[in-house]
Amino acid sequence: MIPELGHFALILALVLAGAQTFFGIFGAARGDARWQAVVRPAVAGQFVLVSTAIGALVHAFVTFDFSVLYVASNSNSALPTFYRVAALWGAHEGSLLLWAWILAVWTLAVAIASRNLPASFASRVMGVLGFVSFGFLLFTVATSNPFERIIPAPADGRDLNPVLQDPALAIHPPLLYMGYVGLSVAFAFACAAMLEGKLDQVWARWTRPWTTMAWAFLGVGIALGSWWAYYELGWGGYWFWDPVENASFMPWLVATALIHSLAATEKRGVFKSWTLLLAILAFSLSLLGTFLVRSGVLTSVHSFAADPTRGLFILAFLIIVIGGALSLYAWRAPQLRSPAGFEGTAREAFLLYNNIFLVVAAAMVLIGTLAPLIADAVGAAPLSVGAPYFDKLFPMLMLPLGALVAIGIHAAWKRGQLGNNRARILIGLGVALLAGLVLVYGVYGVGKPLTPIGMVLGIWIILSSLFDPVDRLRRRLTLPRAIIGMTLAHIGLGVGLVAISTVESYSVERDAAIAPGETLALGRYAYRFDSIKEIEGPNYDGVRAVVTVLRDGAPVATLHPEQRNYWVQRSTLTEAGIASRWNLDMFVALSKNVGGGRWSVRAQLRPLLDWVWLSAALMALGAVFAVTDRRYRVRASASEPAGETTSEPKMAQGSAAAEAT
Amino acid sequence: MMRHLRAVLLAVLSALLLSVSLPSMAFDIEAMPTPAEQKRYDALIHELRCMQCQNQSIADSPVGLAEDLRRDVREQIIAGKTDAEIRDSMVKRYGNVILFRPPFEASTAWVWLAPFLLLILGVFVAVRIVRKRASMVAGDDSVVDTDESAR
Amino acid sequence: MSRFLIPAAIFLALAGVLYVAVVHSPNKSTMQSALLGKTVPAFSLPVLGNPGMNLTNTQLAGRPWVLNVWGTWCAACRDEHPVLLDIAKQNVLPLVGLDWKDEDDAALEWLKQLGNPYSVVAVDRDGRTAINFGVYGAPETFFIDADGRVQYRHVGAMTAEVWQREFLSRLPRGVLP
Repeated sequence: MIPELGHFALILALVLAGAQTFFGIFGAARGDARWQAVVRPAVAGQFVLVSTAIGALVHAFVTFDFSVLYVASNSNSALPTFYRVAALWGAHEGSLLLWAWILAVWTLAVAIASRNLPASFASRVMGVLGFVSFGFLLFTVATSNPFERIIPAPADGRDLNPVLQDPALAIHPPLLYMGYVGLSVAFAFACAAMLEGKLDQVWARWTRPWTTMAWAFLGVGIALGSWWAYYELGWGGYWFWDPVENASFMPWLVATALIHSLAATEKRGVFKSWTLLLAILAFSLSLLGTFLVRSGVLTSVHSFAADPTRGLFILAFLIIVIGGALSLYAWRAPQLRSPAGFEGTAREAFLLYNNIFLVVAAAMVLIGTLAPLIADAVGAAPLSVGAPYFDKLFPMLMLPLGALVAIGIHAAWKRGQLGNNRARILIGLGVALLAGLVLVYGVYGVGKPLTPIGMVLGIWIILSSLFDPVDRLRRRLTLPRAIIGMTLAHIGLGVGLVAISTVESYSVERDAAIAPGETLALGRYAYRFDSIKEIEGPNYDGVRAVVTVLRDGAPVATLHPEQRNYWVQRSTLTEAGIASRWNLDMFVALSKNVGGGRWSVRAQLRPLLDWVWLSAALMALGAVFAVTDRRYRVRASASEPAGETTSEPKMAQGSAAAEAT
Repeated sequence: MMRHLRAVLLAVLSALLLSVSLPSMAFDIEAMPTPAEQKRYDALIHELRCMQCQNQSIADSPVGLAEDLRRDVREQIIAGKTDAEIRDSMVKRYGNVILFRPPFEASTAWVWLAPFLLLILGVFVAVRIVRKRASMVAGDDSVVDTDESAR
Repeated sequence: MSRFLIPAAIFLALAGVLYVAVVHSPNKSTMQSALLGKTVPAFSLPVLGNPGMNLTNTQLAGRPWVLNVWGTWCAACRDEHPVLLDIAKQNVLPLVGLDWKDEDDAALEWLKQLGNPYSVVAVDRDGRTAINFGVYGAPETFFIDADGRVQYRHVGAMTAEVWQREFLSRLPRGVLP
């Protein structure tokens, strides 16, 4: 009964999405206030309906309703409650419903926050979002109904994929989807501007916080997935350039370029068409990611079960949405001109250079990911592209970017005036060189050739980021949150560069077979295999080992690697034993029982690995500061229609109007 | 086909678990005779694709085929073959698809060249834009607020 | 205008590639063997049930033959077995089995229980021969012509349709019954 209710709610939501699209776009086009008045109620209604649907599915999971096919395929009576809820997004149909729900959430947020935006613009934004929602709901209802029944209901379910029975991985899809879907807001703002035929600095100011938040969520989602892969997949890697990983990384790279392009558009009114293109591109890559994961065209450890019909549907949707946006772009872009000028060393110029590298990097990842498909499509022999390709090309693009960031931070708008900051630039570089050389030749030892470059650039970026805020504090000037945010995010980038350079060069790994009592040596460290015993969990059994890590003979950590056999799906998973110190991770994973009491294990030392995730956290934190900047929390500037009450994006403060720059 | 591959994978995995108690299964954790050979072995097995798996290298895959291929690499290294010869032997039997690093040949060079061409195009576009904008500075009298100049 | 044309062109090319990819994706299993047109790899393997006897590729030269890679651990091999029995009844081509990474006892038992479609079964205990054939899963079936060249490789369970379309069609004229 309840599943049918959920199904019905979805169909109704689909209808409302259609209404939202129609009245939003055409209501604005006709200037019809009554038509436009339908839009916000439609958004609210859609939110309620999709929430009902997702609630119905959660209910089916929590109550072990195995008569619902999706629940039977992804759950089991032995599954703990937390994972019963997380199982919702464990496979294709449910994750699609999650996508639709998160879109409803973002749209509702936009509806609420846009009450003081010009009516026709807001209607258009919500109309475009309605179109995206319509597409996803249609896809769900037509091909991927999560409420399908299975008669007769099986006695028990097939269990959630054990790989997903983990807290980090349970939360990873929702966060990732918050990012993917959030980019649709930027896309909607871009389309609305094109439909209006107007794109100015005020538009950029509205669009920035949404885009920044989506970027932050996406970054955190990616980092969480990477962290999970590290401790769960058992081999100690944190990034594999797997097609599905790439599918999330490409939009992130482009979104990074977009938030910087928006900054220039807001500040100086330049790069209008580039900003539009980037917004279209970012969301396109989001949709492309959805396509790649669900259509079966790429083999990946992450992909959902393949189905070409679904693939064609998503592809058609992709073509309509992107084709439509590009057509709008062709129509409007020629009209977007700005009179602003800037020098070759100006901030705008550096942003442009950086964006070139970011977009080319995203394109490189796309080429590598799609190369097997392209080869097949043109009838060439099958081709594989994996980590060796990306590991070679990505640093080649990122290192120049790093240097540009370190210098560009000091550039002023319009005239650059790098000469004024020559001291800062050179001091930063000098200290970074010194610190880098000490780390490479003193602390860690000679590693790969690019390592010193990465280290120095990372440190240089951190130092460059600190000059301005420290100077402001010293001179008792204001330190707006936007600047704190920018500083944190750039420091995060620097930290990430240092971390990746270090971990790629100085990790130590050994595979060996050891028995209890034996010790495995890794440099100054030793892994002593103390004991191993059998264990049982709610839906698995297995073994758990105790491994003591010694440094120069003294114990510094105890690790507990496990190997679990999940009963229902009959698969075996390794849980690595990891001890994290501020500058090092000690890692061990059980591979297999080779008999005679011996186990083959993989032991690793990973210096600074946690700083990779720290860098993601810093970037996200920076984003939070940036979007809570005062200029989003005060009354709208004079360029907007007067006499409207304030209800700006993040917090309603209603303070007296300060001139928002 | 996916179902079939999965069935095969599951079957092979279960076979592996069954046969795990045989001491001979420990061969792939025996070290290579010399550290230099160990380095070559480690590098090569990360470059070769496990043909039965979903996008894993033979280094990271537990399936029987991956073990066989690792053994093959090991034996070829000990027999004195060069890295290029080993890769060639793999390509001869499985095609270019077994290499995770696409070779730089006539039919595959585009994968390596395309990003560089795009970069060159990007730099060219950037230079053009900057030239145009730089020439507009004189006529642009808009004032930039220096107090908030970092935003 | 070029600002629009370049993204549009890229977009259309990409859409084309993705469309082809989706349409092709169910057929990905028919990955072309890298050995097509090349001479069959040399091998010398013990014969199942006949210790002391060896099967070599030279013994099979001079006429077309079929190699079927299988194992008792392989579920799909069990699925295709009836088709192989039918094929054997037709008696047009020698069907050589390659028992891949298997146990002799289990293999003999399997053939006794399910029937034996093979003219002869070679035992590849450690898998070295299979990887020389570029095998990456079972079952796989190869067509080798009279000159000893691999002409076709089918991945997955054999079906009557594939047999007709890809194997019988490659027989020289006049051999079909």
